[in-house]
Amino acid sequence: MSPGDIRQVIVNILERIAPDEDLTDLDDSVAFREQMELDSMDFLDIVMELRKQYRIQIPEEDYEHLVTMDSTVSYLEPKLADVQPA
Amino acid sequence: MTSVPDEDRIVITGIGLAAPNGDNLGEYRAALLEGRSGVVPFETRYMPPTIAGVCNFDALKYQKRKEIRRGTRAGSIATYCAHEAVASSGLEWPAVRKDRVGVYVGITEHGNVETENEIFEISQFDYDTKVWSHHHNPRTVANNPAGEVTLSLGVTGPHVCIGAACAAGNAGFIHGLQMLRLREVDLAICGGVSESIHTFGIFASFQSQGALARNDDPQKACRPFDVNRNGIVVAEGGGLVTLERLPSALARGATIHGEIVGYAMNSDATDFVLPDANRQSECIQLALDRAGLRASDIDIVSSHATATEQGDVEEAKALGRVFADCPDVAINNTKSFIGHAMGAAGALELLGNLPAFGDGWAHATINLDDPDPECPLPQLVANEPRRLDDVRVLLNNSFGMLGINSVVIVRKFED
Repeated sequence: MSPGDIRQVIVNILERIAPDEDLTDLDDSVAFREQMELDSMDFLDIVMELRKQYRIQIPEEDYEHLVTMDSTVSYLEPKLADVQPA
Repeated sequence: MTSVPDEDRIVITGIGLAAPNGDNLGEYRAALLEGRSGVVPFETRYMPPTIAGVCNFDALKYQKRKEIRRGTRAGSIATYCAHEAVASSGLEWPAVRKDRVGVYVGITEHGNVETENEIFEISQFDYDTKVWSHHHNPRTVANNPAGEVTLSLGVTGPHVCIGAACAAGNAGFIHGLQMLRLREVDLAICGGVSESIHTFGIFASFQSQGALARNDDPQKACRPFDVNRNGIVVAEGGGLVTLERLPSALARGATIHGEIVGYAMNSDATDFVLPDANRQSECIQLALDRAGLRASDIDIVSSHATATEQGDVEEAKALGRVFADCPDVAINNTKSFIGHAMGAAGALELLGNLPAFGDGWAHATINLDDPDPECPLPQLVANEPRRLDDVRVLLNNSFGMLGINSVVIVRKFED
């Protein structure tokens, strides 16, 4: 998966867990929680969706990598390198 | 009438409801008087196509999409009904002391929907519990529907759900009344809700029990007291009211829809499932005694009958005993229109009858084409509404599994 594909995966997840939010102007360098109403349960939904869709296990100590879109894509890139986009 | 000090008189000042045939009291009442059913074809996991009472209210009226996704259907129904009740009460909500508000929501069951959904979900992942949702616990705690109301309305007083099988709607009203009389709260938002159509288990269990209604025409399926009845139509819905002590309602010039003048609850102590006319009639009589009323003072009896073989027979026996000498009482049944709304049933059935104080009509029991001789109730309002001279007192029956009985008596408000 390319960084662009991974970004789209995350956007799709965010659209599901935050259906009232407009994601068109999402700033990839700014923390999700500074741009959207996301709490810890929502954050766990991101982790859960990645687990369900791609069988990725994200240990708790790595959650800090999922703060912004840029950091999330960077973190996931090696984990999804061999996955073909849907 | 039993004399009760004004400060202990409890009145209904706001009504919010979601029924399969109406999203508010006006729509619902019109449907009941016009004979309009809310039972439709319905599909649920694992089961062959069935039928159910399905609500059509707009959940987005009071909740964001995220709140609906985060919570439960019962919570969403309760939230809608609570907002509607508050809106109709005329209360200036921002000025209400939220720590003096209590939320008391009757439920038949809670948590089955989410548990079934999660088990299905993990079955798609070889039963890997790592994909079991972190939302499961907050969705399935037994206070969930009432708790969602407090989150949405900013209520900081007590909230609790009252598990009372299909007597829960009445039990919610009774609990609200008691908390007002105990001065625990100044406003009670109370009644009952049900999300049960979203669990296949309730359909499957009634089917295994031989108690799930079937009919080629869904609107003809729920047939209380009819000899051709063949079981229960499961429904979802909710009915919540605002209850207040009379002085506070009068002080703010509230519209008073009725006064709860009597109530009772008791237990059969005989069977898990089968009802008992002896305890039911005792429960009705206890409510009458507490109200200081005679059976002949009752104008409309809202029956509980679910269209099961024995349930209808037992209630007919109980009503026959108490109302034997009351040829003019109108006995009706709301389930024939909407099915059995479980935790909401008692609430919806009372609320659909309340407008009779104003319009003087007893709505009918529909689908009563061939009355069962085992249910000899000549006072039944069969198929067409009945015009009454004056409606002053309603009695609402609501019974449930494990032998739980509840009766609420509401009187037209007279100062």
